[in-house]
Amino acid sequence: MTDQWEPKILAFLCNWCSYAGADLAGTARIQYPPNIRVIRVPCSGRINPLFILKALQSGIDGVLVSGCHPGDCHYLSGNYIGRRKSATLKRFLEYLGFEEGRVQFSWVSAAEGGKFSQVVGEVVQDIKKLGPAQRFVKKEAQGSQGSRVQVNSIKKLGPSNP
Amino acid sequence: MEERSKAIQDRIREKARELLLNKTVDLIIGFGEGSFPLRTTPRFIRDPEKTDRLIWNSFCENNLATYLHKFNKFKVGIVVKGCDARSVIALSLEKRFKPDQLFLMGVPCQRMVDRRKVKRAVKGEILRAFEQGDQIVVEGEEFKTILKRDDFFYPSCQVCIHRNPIQADVLVGDPVEESPLIEIHPEIQEFAKKSAEERWKYFEKESSRCIRCYACREACPMCYCAECFVDSSNPKWIEKSLSPSDLEFYHIVRAYHQTGRCTGCGACERACPMEIRLTYLTQKLNRDVKELFNYETGIDTKTLPPLSTYDMEDKQDFIK
Repeated sequence: MTDQWEPKILAFLCNWCSYAGADLAGTARIQYPPNIRVIRVPCSGRINPLFILKALQSGIDGVLVSGCHPGDCHYLSGNYIGRRKSATLKRFLEYLGFEEGRVQFSWVSAAEGGKFSQVVGEVVQDIKKLGPAQRFVKKEAQGSQGSRVQVNSIKKLGPSNP
Repeated sequence: MEERSKAIQDRIREKARELLLNKTVDLIIGFGEGSFPLRTTPRFIRDPEKTDRLIWNSFCENNLATYLHKFNKFKVGIVVKGCDARSVIALSLEKRFKPDQLFLMGVPCQRMVDRRKVKRAVKGEILRAFEQGDQIVVEGEEFKTILKRDDFFYPSCQVCIHRNPIQADVLVGDPVEESPLIEIHPEIQEFAKKSAEERWKYFEKESSRCIRCYACREACPMCYCAECFVDSSNPKWIEKSLSPSDLEFYHIVRAYHQTGRCTGCGACERACPMEIRLTYLTQKLNRDVKELFNYETGIDTKTLPPLSTYDMEDKQDFIK
């Protein structure tokens, strides 16, 4: 069964760089593993640590947060603020006993379609090594075949869902 | 020790009376005799004739800065230990009150006595407890035990390095020597040495005892959000259940929200009715913040908390 298991990875991509980078990877037909589910956010500084925790609780196997390179932020300092949050959150989660690599961070610019596919490839490989998320996952979120994400519970988080 | 406490108590009463009489403040927040032995209670005094209700001893464990949120329209005189004073500084950085609104009566702290350790050290119900010199005398119906005060400090008091209030309008009592009894609590040190799996098991076990009473949140001076994430129904971050995952969620976020804001006073742990260990979480965050951003909460009255600001040179070796 482990052979068939494919990780589900949630990617928070910033609207101005990483999302455009992913778009470029698409238009340039650069291949990358189909394990990621993308959520577009205005800025990597917009990531509330609760987003990441809620995803992990809902049975997501890995989280990728990606934003503009330092100095490139559309809002000038959003990614610097995000960087501090990421650094402390990552250390804290690993201290608690989350596996290293469950939550990952990257800088991908709008011109780096190649880098985007490479980052996704690396993340998927790391998560595959770690196996399905076990810790912190809420029981009802776990299906019979490893993790099963309740997409509804993530959808509910948005302020307005048409 | 007993004489020192007595002298401090007298000066607190005298100063409180004076402040209320010249109308420097509308209200005094201090400690009063609790209903049970080994306990004190926060006391709010407006009448200068009632200031003799204020007390000071080794059981004044509450962080009184917590109560400032309820009185932010008044001029308040408040009794602060080292940790309380740091919480006040951290709160004024977050603009919780105007600078001239407070009058701080700083008490150099003698470290507080852990009432639970005392209770465990004796058999039977404690009916009376008081300090005598360097000892605590505990009396019950059929016993009278004398304990050495130094063996019964709270874990957060053992590691405290800021016992003298950093900021105070008046210092009540002589400053004490600043040195921690132990550098880091042995249990925390042991925890950090464990493997990730063992650490998770420990965290899981500790948080599984949680009854979601939120006493840790209420006791914490830094937990003042108008709507806490656990109470929010839109977005609904967390279910109102006792499922292990939700308990862990609560404990992770409660602690993480203290990043760069926690003074390490240990009020959360002391308030917990289930005696869940909580300071190993916040102390880790404090160490990380010190290491990454060279910031210590409540020391500096000018520098913003680390997550409210940034430095272009911040470490980013973890980012791909």
